Parts: sequence; structure tokens; C-alpha cells
Amino acid sequence: MTSYSLHTSAALQPRQHAFCQSRRRSVSRRTSLRIQSGSGSGAPPPKSFKGKCYVVKHNIDTDQIIPAEYLTLVPSKKDEYEKLGSYAMIGLPLELYPTRFIGEGEMKTEYPVVIAGDNFGCGSSREHAPVCMGAAGAKVVVANSYARIFFRNCVATGELYPCETDEQLYDGLSTGDEVEVDIEKDILTQVSTGKTYPLKPLGEAKPVVDAGGIFNYARAQGMIKQAATA
Amino acid sequence: MSMAGSVPLVGKSQLRQLEQSRRSQRSAARKSSRVLNAVEAPPAPTRTPASTGAVKHPMTMTEKILARHSNNQKVAPGENIWTNVDKLMTHDVCGPPTFGIFQREFGMNAEVWDNEKIILIPDHYIFTEDPRANRNVDFLREMAHRYRIKYFYDIQNRADFHANPDYKGVCHVALAQEGHTKPGEVLFGTDSHTCNAGAFGQFATGIGNTDAGFIVGTGKLLIKVPPTMRFVLEGEMPPYLLAKDLILQIIGEISVAGGTYKAMEFTGSAISNMSMEERMTICNMVVEAGGKNGVCPPDQVTFDYVDQRSSEPYEPVLSDDNASYVEEYRFDVSKIEPLVAAPHSPDNRKTAHECSSTKIDRVYIGSCTGGKTEDFQRAAQLMHKAGGQVKVPTFLVPATQKVWADVYTLPVAGCEGRTAAEIFETAGCVAPAAPSCAACLGGPKDTFARLNEPQICVSTTNRNFPGRMGHKDGQVYLASPYTAAASALAGTVADPRNYL
Repeated sequence: MTSYSLHTSAALQPRQHAFCQSRRRSVSRRTSLRIQSGSGSGAPPPKSFKGKCYVVKHNIDTDQIIPAEYLTLVPSKKDEYEKLGSYAMIGLPLELYPTRFIGEGEMKTEYPVVIAGDNFGCGSSREHAPVCMGAAGAKVVVANSYARIFFRNCVATGELYPCETDEQLYDGLSTGDEVEVDIEKDILTQVSTGKTYPLKPLGEAKPVVDAGGIFNYARAQGMIKQAATA
Repeated sequence: MSMAGSVPLVGKSQLRQLEQSRRSQRSAARKSSRVLNAVEAPPAPTRTPASTGAVKHPMTMTEKILARHSNNQKVAPGENIWTNVDKLMTHDVCGPPTFGIFQREFGMNAEVWDNEKIILIPDHYIFTEDPRANRNVDFLREMAHRYRIKYFYDIQNRADFHANPDYKGVCHVALAQEGHTKPGEVLFGTDSHTCNAGAFGQFATGIGNTDAGFIVGTGKLLIKVPPTMRFVLEGEMPPYLLAKDLILQIIGEISVAGGTYKAMEFTGSAISNMSMEERMTICNMVVEAGGKNGVCPPDQVTFDYVDQRSSEPYEPVLSDDNASYVEEYRFDVSKIEPLVAAPHSPDNRKTAHECSSTKIDRVYIGSCTGGKTEDFQRAAQLMHKAGGQVKVPTFLVPATQKVWADVYTLPVAGCEGRTAAEIFETAGCVAPAAPSCAACLGGPKDTFARLNEPQICVSTTNRNFPGRMGHKDGQVYLASPYTAAASALAGTVADPRNYL
């Protein structure tokens, strides 16, 4: 087990190539936690997220999440990953969404939770969409449904927990409301009223996001080689 | 090179028999696609499932392809399977992060799984001064050299695209034109419109960079087998309708999420009478209904197109007659009217006639779904027949270098030997631009024909969510090449029946 952990952490060190530096800090921490919990010790992955929510409606496509003009930023490059985050949700029409997801001149969002209606993340397959939201500091999306590729990209990258619910949350909640999303108990709580809403279980997607994406998960499970040989 | 002329039509039942016999001789299956052409027996009566034994587990085309690629006798919707990948396509926007992820995860010394199965097609942000966009194409070139990628359609001289013989243009059209799309194969691409290739009877879908990075290293991907929706399109196509009208009809019917996670199979006489380019137009837009993949049954039209462009073997499959579909829709295409998708959603279906009071600022003909040779020929045909001048700026972006050449050299049927380019010039259109994705997805600010003002555009492209073509407050009406050409002449959204 010890050598396993060593291999894994070695594999997680940022590489020097211009395009393969990335968000390794948080991921490596989460992954090593995952491995330790597998061996019966250490802290578990996060169980809940508390903070302000940002509310959007149906069919928010990936061009609104990250317009095409910003796709020249390469998310596997660390500084460009951060910059991508500063543009998250910038394509939402102002008249519908006067409160911006990222404040003027800010790099990060103050909304760790995004609430949405049906078919969130439809349109282009650009992985930049979940990545920019994660880079901005969003942790979880709670939507009625997702477009297939966006859901898959959330899980593959480990950037966001893509939770689903049958509740019309966008009617009950407003941007700025304080919420707590418990991804163990599958409950969203509106903090001011204490009102709770059931979420659908994330199922097999959860441990993959916990691990920080499909590669970390596969490596931790022994499905692929533990360490990339530099 | 052409094999046309040697072949009678292959009936569906014959193809199924052939498919079956091919499966039984799998070990000896290194045959060329010519085998198909050897089938000359007259159409046999449809055989019952019991008599063939091949359909103990009836499957749709999509299920069959995935079963074969995962070494399974059968697969069922909802099953998670590891599929082998025949080809991976990526472009200048998602290629750099895909290789970045590959190198991060597999190491700097790792080699790609197969340097002949990764296809790199720069097409998105080519004719721009944006330094990061240019850098990304340079990086793609570096990767192509580093990993000795066989198919890299490079561009180095941006000032004159003709000076780049390797450069093609829009990836989905280039894939087909260069012979990379094959019946029965599994294709993934880092672009949502990869589903375009389903027109060839293959499984083709869009993925993100992380999944693509995984494929670059392993040649495999874990996917869920989709249930199949069936769309039966029967009847004769009226002369004013194009494939674009049919797919807008379908998306309007099932909504932008109606096909989510599902395969969409298109069949019926209207499909079998269609050219490959028109079938591509339909399959291209299944993602606008949320579909995982679109697929048309391969037939002689398919085989002729493929065999003219490639001599590598392939194994076509068809859906079994008693395969299970989650939903079935039937359309009589003779009753469909010219349609548009009004702002701001591809399922906001209206007839072109209903919108005829909408004044427009420009027309755009281009993209993977609406910038193929036949798309320009149809637009030119209408303009030739109608005469007169366009009332709004009309931008033309051929999808590929080949389409560009066709626009300038092929005489358009019924137009007195004139080429599309001549007709467009007479009508006052902006001269056809260098092939690329251009303004379909907005892109860098200096992109040709990008909506930089809150204008109203009728476009043959595939998506019209807010901001898609550049300006957040721009309004895009998706339409067929006929409707786009009619609208250019009218200065409003226009029904092509007024001009044809």
C-alpha cells in the first residue's frame, strides 16, 4: 500500500510541459485521501457544500457557459485554467441574468452551488464548460436534467458534482440564497427557511468525482497503470 | 479509381444475408469492401428471424456496432461496455488540451495507441490574428510530428489557404471527403457534431478532452449503450424541401432534450432517396436534440461514396427487423413545409412563411451542417431561378477546400452551365471565404462574418442559442440553404416556394 501511494503521488506531480500543467493541488489531495480511505484510514471526501446559489433556468448551453471566443484558452495549462474560470457563465444574457456569476474584475465566483432547470450544458461538447465552472470555484450543480456530454465531462474531469432533482428549484430559490447541498444524504437545504429538497443519488458517478476525475479514479482502483512514467 | 457502374442495388435482405455470412467467416474477414459489390442476386423475400438464426438477440444498428466493438454477442440499452475505437478525431480547439491530458496522465514518454487512427483537423480558429488560436494550431503540428500522426490536415500559410494542399477545413465534412467515415465503425471526436458521421451507418459521437485523452492512450472508452429512437421518413420530398427542414421538424417535435442519451435512427424512403450530404445534414443535428448518436442504414449510396474515397475494408450492419426501439416517429415528408428554428433554440420550430415579416440583417451559408457542395448548389439554384440581387449581406463559407473548388468549378444543374460562384456573384453575395468553421460558433473577434453587432441572421448552421454566432443579443434563424437564399433575396425570413 505504501509504495502504491508513493507511485500515485509521484504521478500527480505537475509536469513541466506547457500544456500539461494543471489543477493538481486540490486533486492530488483528494486522491490521496481516497486511497487512504480505501486502506481504512484518513478523512473521507467532502459530504456537503454550503454557500450561495446561482439560479438559471432551462437549456443553458455550453456557449452561454463559456462562449467560443474564450476557447483558445487551453485548460490543461494552469494559468489558462485560472483565466478560463474568470469567464464562467459570461455568455448568459444580461437582461435575464443581471447578477453575474463572476463579479466585475473577479477571478472566482461567490456561488459554489448552481441551480438549473432541464438540459443544463446542452450544445457544444466543449469540456471547457464544466472546467471553467470548477476553475471559478463552483462545486456542485443541481439541475432537473443534464445534456449527456456535459454530465460526462463533469464526471470525467471531476470538476463538479452534477446532482439531479425532480424539484423545480429555480422557482423556490433565488440567486444569492444560502443553501447546503448534502451529497451523502442527497438533500438540498435552503438555509434561511430550513426547507429541504430531495436530490437523486449520484450513484457510481460520485466516487469518480470524489477521486478528482476518471484517471485518478481508475488509477486508485488499479484499473490503469498507477504512475505515468515521465 | 471509381467503382461506380459495376454494381446493381443491394437490397436490405441481401445485405443482411451478407452481413450474416461475413460474421460467420470472421476470421477470414480481411476482405475489401468490393465483396459487397459482388452481390448480384435479385432481392430475396425477407427471411423470418427463426430461419436465419442471426437474430436470436435482435439489435438495432447502434447496438450491433457496439456489441462487435466490445467483443459481445449482444448488448442491451443501459449496459456499460468498453468499446474499441476505430478512429479519434480532434481539432485545434480541443486537440491541445486532449494531448495535454494524455501527456499528464500517460507520461511524456508514452506513445499514442495508434498513430494511423488519430485524425487531426485544424478548422475552428484558423484565419485569425489571435495569437493563442495560432499557437494552438502550432501545438497540434508539434503533436502530429512528435507522435507521427498519419492524418494531420495542416495549415501554415494563413494568408492563402490554397497554398496549403493538406488543409481541408471543417472536420466533419473533411472526415467524410477524405474517406475516414465507414459503415460499422466507431468514431469519437472532441466535437459535438461528430454525430455527423452516423450518416454512414457508423457509431459516431462527441466527447470531452479527458475522454479523448484516455482514448489517445488506450484506444478504448467506457460508454453506456443508448436505447434507439426510430424516425421513419416516408414520402416524396417536395422540390422546395431539403434535409435541413426534416431535422428541424424532428427537433421541433421532440425538443432540444428529446433525444438525450439516445441513438436516433433515420430510415424510410425519404432517407434512402437522399444523397450522403443530405443524410449528413440530418445526422449532424441529432446533438441539437440531445442525441448521443444519429444513424442511417448504409446502402449502395453509402458504399459508392465510401468506395470512391477509400479502399480499406469495412463491415456494414443493419438493424434487425424485430429490434426494440424506445420510441418511433413517422413523418410523411411530402406534408412538411419549409421550416426555421427561430431564436434562441434549435427546437423553436416555425414555418418560414410564419416568420416572413421578420426583417433580417444578413444571411450566412456555411458550417458542417450547411456548408457542403450541395448546400451551395441549392442556394445558387434558387438565386439563379429567382434572379435579382440579395437585399442583405450574404456570407458564404465553404466547409472545406474541396467544397470551395466545387463552388467555383461545378456547373449547377439547371442553371445554364453556370457555377455557384458565378450565380452568387451576379446576385451580389460576398465572395466565398476561406474554408473553416468561421462564424458558426462566433470565435475570435476578427472571425469572418462573426455577428459583432446585435443583428438578425438567417443561417444554414446548426445552433442558435444566445451568443452562438458572436453577439449575445444577436438573433439567429436556422434554415435550409433554399430558405437562406430566399431570405437573402427578400431581406426578410422567406419561404423558398416564393422563388422556386
